[in-house]
Order: sequence, then C-alpha cells, then structure tokens
Amino acid sequence: MPIQLLMPALSPTMEEGKLVKWLVGEGAKIKAGDIIAEIETDKAVMEYESVDDGVMGRLLFPDGAEGIKINTPIALILQEGETAAAMDGLASAAATPAPAPAKPPAMSKPAAAMPAASKPAASMSKAAGPEVPAGTKFVSMTVREALRDAMAEEMRRDGNVFLMGEEVGQYEGAYKVSQGLLAEFGPKRVVDTPITEHGFAGIGVGAALAGLRPIVEFMTFNFAMQAIDHIINSAAKTLYMSGGQLGAPIVFRGPNGAAARVAAQHSQCYAAWYAHIPGLIVVAPYDAASAKGLLKAAIRNPNPVVFLENEKLYGRSFDVPALDDFVLPLGKAHIARPGRDATIVSFSIGVGKSLEAAEALAAEGIDAEVIDLRTLRPLDMETVLASVRRTNRCVSVEEGWPQSGIGAEIAAGIMEQAFDDLDAPVIRVCGKDVPMPYAANLERLALPQVEDIIAAVKSVCYR
Amino acid sequence: MVAASNKKSARAASDKAPSNSGIQDLPGLYREMLLIRRFEERAGQMYGMGLIGGFCHLYIGQEAVVVGMKAATQEGDQMITAYRDHGHMLAMGLDPKGVMAELTGREGGLSRGKGGSMHMFSVEKNFFGGHGIVGAQVPLGTGLAFANAYRGNGAVSIAYFGDGASNQGQVYESFNMAELWRLPVIYVIENNHYAMGTSVERSSAMPDLHRRGESFAIPGRKVDGMDVLSVREAALDALEHCRSGKGPIILEMMTYRYRGHSMSDPAKYRTQEEVQKVRAEQDPIDRARARLLAENLIDEAGLKEIDREVRAIVAEAAEFAQTSPEPDAAELYTDILR
Repeated sequence: MPIQLLMPALSPTMEEGKLVKWLVGEGAKIKAGDIIAEIETDKAVMEYESVDDGVMGRLLFPDGAEGIKINTPIALILQEGETAAAMDGLASAAATPAPAPAKPPAMSKPAAAMPAASKPAASMSKAAGPEVPAGTKFVSMTVREALRDAMAEEMRRDGNVFLMGEEVGQYEGAYKVSQGLLAEFGPKRVVDTPITEHGFAGIGVGAALAGLRPIVEFMTFNFAMQAIDHIINSAAKTLYMSGGQLGAPIVFRGPNGAAARVAAQHSQCYAAWYAHIPGLIVVAPYDAASAKGLLKAAIRNPNPVVFLENEKLYGRSFDVPALDDFVLPLGKAHIARPGRDATIVSFSIGVGKSLEAAEALAAEGIDAEVIDLRTLRPLDMETVLASVRRTNRCVSVEEGWPQSGIGAEIAAGIMEQAFDDLDAPVIRVCGKDVPMPYAANLERLALPQVEDIIAAVKSVCYR
Repeated sequence: MVAASNKKSARAASDKAPSNSGIQDLPGLYREMLLIRRFEERAGQMYGMGLIGGFCHLYIGQEAVVVGMKAATQEGDQMITAYRDHGHMLAMGLDPKGVMAELTGREGGLSRGKGGSMHMFSVEKNFFGGHGIVGAQVPLGTGLAFANAYRGNGAVSIAYFGDGASNQGQVYESFNMAELWRLPVIYVIENNHYAMGTSVERSSAMPDLHRRGESFAIPGRKVDGMDVLSVREAALDALEHCRSGKGPIILEMMTYRYRGHSMSDPAKYRTQEEVQKVRAEQDPIDRARARLLAENLIDEAGLKEIDREVRAIVAEAAEFAQTSPEPDAAELYTDILR
C-alpha cells in the first residue's frame, strides 16, 4: 500500500503549513533522508525529508498551496513493486482538504504589505476609535506583519532607530517578525547579536542613554530574565536617579505569555512583573492594528517601553487601518466590545478569549463589555472604572498567575474607587498557580479558557 | 595560596618605570588629584557627622587613575563607572558643590537629591553615571561606544570597573560584542586589590586582569595606576587604538584604596601595615608633588597656593551641601517618565 506523506508539525505553534515547492517530481526515486519539499511554517521555511524509500507516486498539492492543516496527506509514495493503480482510492480521499488559493509570496519589501483586500471602516469595529478617521480603508494583515511594518516605518522616519537581538537580521527573526528589515536597512541598523541577553540589553540601554532609539528584541521574554537588571535598574530608574537629566528611550519587545507545549521555562506571562516598575511603560497589544499603532508609539516614546507580544497571535490576521502613519496613544484602554451587563478586562491574547466568551454569553442574554487594556503601565483605570460604574460587575482575564497579578491590581483599584458601584465581587480568571505543565491536557487546564470566562461572568451576574 | 603570598609583595606596583611624557601638565593634574583627595576626606568627615546617608564609597588613593585618563581624552569622549564615582565626576569637571549637595541629598545636588552618592550623571559633561549594580556599567559603557560607532563621531567611551566587577558575566558578554563589532571602548579595570573584603587572589582564578580579554582577542595592558603620568600615557595610547578603529582595549590600573570599601567597612581583611606601606611609598599625590619639586615645575609656595585654593573649593562645597534645602516634597513624583 502506498505511503501517505502528511503535512508535518514543524513548530510548537504550527497549525497549518504552506507547501512552498516540491523538490522531486512524480516518478522520481526517493531514498530515506532525501529532501523532497520545502514547507513554510508560522516561523520559517523548513526542508522536509522523506523517511521512506520508494517512488514519488502523486503530489496531492501544487507548489505554493497554503493553509494545509497538519496531518493532511500531501503526497503518496509507491513502495517497491507497487504501481500507480495502488493509489486510486487513496488519492481522492486524501485530496479532500482543498488547498487554499495561493496568495502572493511573502513580501520581501515591507511596503508590499499594504495593498490587499480593503473594506470600508463601517464594517470594522476592532481598531475603530478616535484615532481612525471616518471613511478609512482597512487591510487585513497578521500581527507579525503589523509589528514589522511598525518597525520599518519608524526606522524610515528616524535614523536613530535600530533593531538588535538574536536572529533579527540574516535569519529574519526567530518568529519571522523582522522579515525584510535587514534587506532594507542593512546590518548597521538590524544588528544580529550573540546569545547574550544580559550583555546586549545593557548595550542597548547604553546606546539609548547616548540618545539612540534601540529596539531590543528578546527571542522570548523568558530569556529577558537574564537581562532584567538592565531593564529595571539601568533603563527604568536612570531618569529618576539623574534628577530628570538622562533617560533611556528604548523598546524591549518580543513574545510573552504561554506558547504551545513548551513547558514551564518557556511559557509564562511577565505582564505583572514589568507593570510593577515605576519608570517603565508596559504595552501588551491584542490585534494587528493595536500592535502596529502601539509599537510605533512605543518607538517614539522617550521612555523605556516593555512591549509584550504573543507568539500565538503572530499569525492571526486582523483589519488594520490603511493610514500612512497610524499611531495609537499609550496608556489608553480600548473598549473592544461594548456591553451593559458585566465588564471583562483583559489584554493580549486574553482579549480574543474574552470576545469569544462575550459572544457565547450574548446568546444566553448576557451583554458583556470587553475592555482591551492595551497598556498595562500606566494603567487606564478611568476606562475600567467608567465601565464598571455602568455594568456594576467585573471579571479580569489574564494568563499570568493570580497572586500580585494584573487582575489583582484591577480588583484592588475597583475596590478602592468604585466599591459602592459593585453588585458582586470582582472575579479574577488567571493562569493556575502552577508552573506550566507540558502534557496537553494539563497545559489546557493551567490556562484560562473561554468557558472559565463564561462561568466567571455568569457568576458575577448571579446566573 | 602560593600565588597570594607572591602577589602581596607586588601591591599597587606595576611593570613599568614612571612616565615622563606630559610632565608639563603635571601641575594641573596634581591640583585635580588633590581636589579629589580633599573632597573625599571632607565627605568622609560629613558622613561621620550624619550629614551623608546610605552607602558612601571614597576614592582616596585611586585619584591618579581618573585624573590621568581624563587628561588624555578629547571633547565628546564619555565616561561611566560604578558607585565609587565622586572622583570621576570631579575629574569630568562637574561642580564640587553639586556633587557634595547630592551626597547630602539636597535640592542643589546634581540629581536634585534623588540619586545620592552612587547615582550622579551629567549629559553636558558626558558623564553617564554613577551605577549601583556591580558590573552593570560595563555593557552600558559598551552601549555608549556602540552609539559612537553608529554615529561615526570618533568619540571613545571609557568604562571603569573594579577587580570585583571583573568576575561578572556581563563584563565578558560586553567584551565579546565590543570586539565583534570593533567598538571604541576602553575598559579601565581599577584594580585596588579588594572586592569589598575579598582580595583578587581569593576571587580570581587568573588574577592578571589585563589578560581577561585574551579569549576575545582584546589587548590588555597593566599600568601603574599610582602614577598619573603613566596613566595618562597609557590612556593616550588606548584612545589612539580605539580611534583608529582597532576596537576595544583593556587597561588594568594597579591602584589601592586607603579607606574601607564603604564608610561602614572596618577593613579587617588587610593589615594596617599594608595600607601604610602603600601610602608611604606609592601615594599618587605625594609622588606627583615630589616630581613637581624635583623637576622645578613648582616651588613650595606654589604648592601651598594650590592647597589653599583646593581647600577653599571643598569648604565652599561642604557649606553649600549643608545649606541647600532638601528637595521639595513634590519632587517625589517627578522624573519618573518623560
């Protein structure tokens, strides 16, 4: 029986892949170890090796086919003695997941990200706000592209802005966020560092003290713990310690929060850690529009900014206003979904889960408001309090641990300033108070899920 | 501990004979060293009177290092150091009144009383602190050099650290990137032999600290840090090395601090005889004074005049530091963000 080659899972967060191209044709002899295709994951283009010997019987997807779910058969290999007839039944069954229409290849020039499908602002709610003029067109792009475009635009605007970090240049980003930047800006401004977080974070802060505008990428914020002394003691405190003379205009950015199946040391949320520190601005965007508008604001800001991205959101597409210079204010929360009955306060990936929960709750007659905090320091308590004064109920949602977390801060703030407006105690939906487990079922239990949010909102509504 | 006993005899000594170059500048260098000495003595006295709080790390004994380095620099070169920083600020030309008033935590201090002894800065004078975490100033100083290279402005960053900091990992992370990117930075190791109470021999597997750059191909040189002209000459060479695009260089300054690590350190880890021997034989100010007289660059009356001037400056600084008001309570919430 012919061997089915399946779309492999080549990264922890990969759910589907693109068949960039086949390196062998039908009828070619194949030995185990031969590279037979290039597959693009959410992070990189990978070579796909055969583990079997045989003859390539049939290629089930053409070059450039996108959106192929993992474990979908992509080719059939005939084993010794088999003929094409052996594939008859298999081939038709395998071809069921239709290949997505091939989009243009990943852009090599950042500017190419803009013109895509556009629609009128009226149909768009997520990014709409005072910053988006009426009639603005929107384009769909991934969070990853939005972050890259934000950096590229700011680097074009200001020669003092540069990017440094591990694999940001030639590799184009461990998570492909800096794609195309080296080609456009060259190695002086897109600086590949050794694996040396403590050192390059300090060098970045030093360059910022001298007046440059570094963007320091941490491959993930887990590794920034090696560098946290420079983020806090060197970057955040110098303006104060110098009596206002000397500040560090620097952005520390990278993925934060739970990734997928990478266990305790690579999966945790640092939002509360950094939000604790006076002298820092802490940003945690959810969608592509806020990722772009807030990163541009962060790069222009004269203070040290910790910019917490999320690996699972990088590949998600959202509508982004097609404006030449779309900048969002730091320190301003955004009502992602208006509602009357309860307020859900979240940030980053938790906003998506909260919006899902709100949709499900609407079906049960509960109209929940969802606030995307966007900035965690300074925290926009005014928006939270105004909402709670209307809904009288609040649930906070975050991936981080409960003790001393963002939710704890929100709950304390509401208790101090809107105690009499509350009809129920605030409930925190948090990551469980455990290191992140590896096993799939335990990992799911450790993280806040949509059903947890639904249950919490019902609880504060006494339903 | 064989190495330790061998090293003891070489305290603060170096391999080279005292330098003669730049001897015409010696009167000015002498005056600057004396200003630091008198300033620090007064700071120690004021600490004892309860006018200065917290940690206070005096530079007495090490004056030749920063004065010799500064004498070789050009406009635009930057300096950064750790918490033993009063001497560096005075050498960079900062107003002694502002430095002393920062020590007393007053409004007239360089950081308006919010930094204290360990945290002072001057953008105007290219002095970047004043950092309290041992070793952290090394990548920061390397970052200043990164900015110089980025701008191509020809300036050199001088990052000072002690023998203690030279065992911090981030120092070597900095060495690696500085050489990799050929950054114009001079790493000045002020080897005063004791990291707080731990001698170099007790803390360092390889105590020749100027060789610590070898695995990064960074050249290093051991310098008599008790002779201001030797320091100046080494600094001129090192600055030329950096400015000609050859990347970083290490200068190990063999020096000595007479006082404890901080004001609260009784310094029981060394003998009084050891301290007295260095003071008697190698004191940088005494040596400079002897040279000045021997070379007829100044006479006793001239020395007295310098002494009088310096005492007046220090007295004025001390007076200012006690009369400048404490910062306004509203200052608590300023300078957190721009």
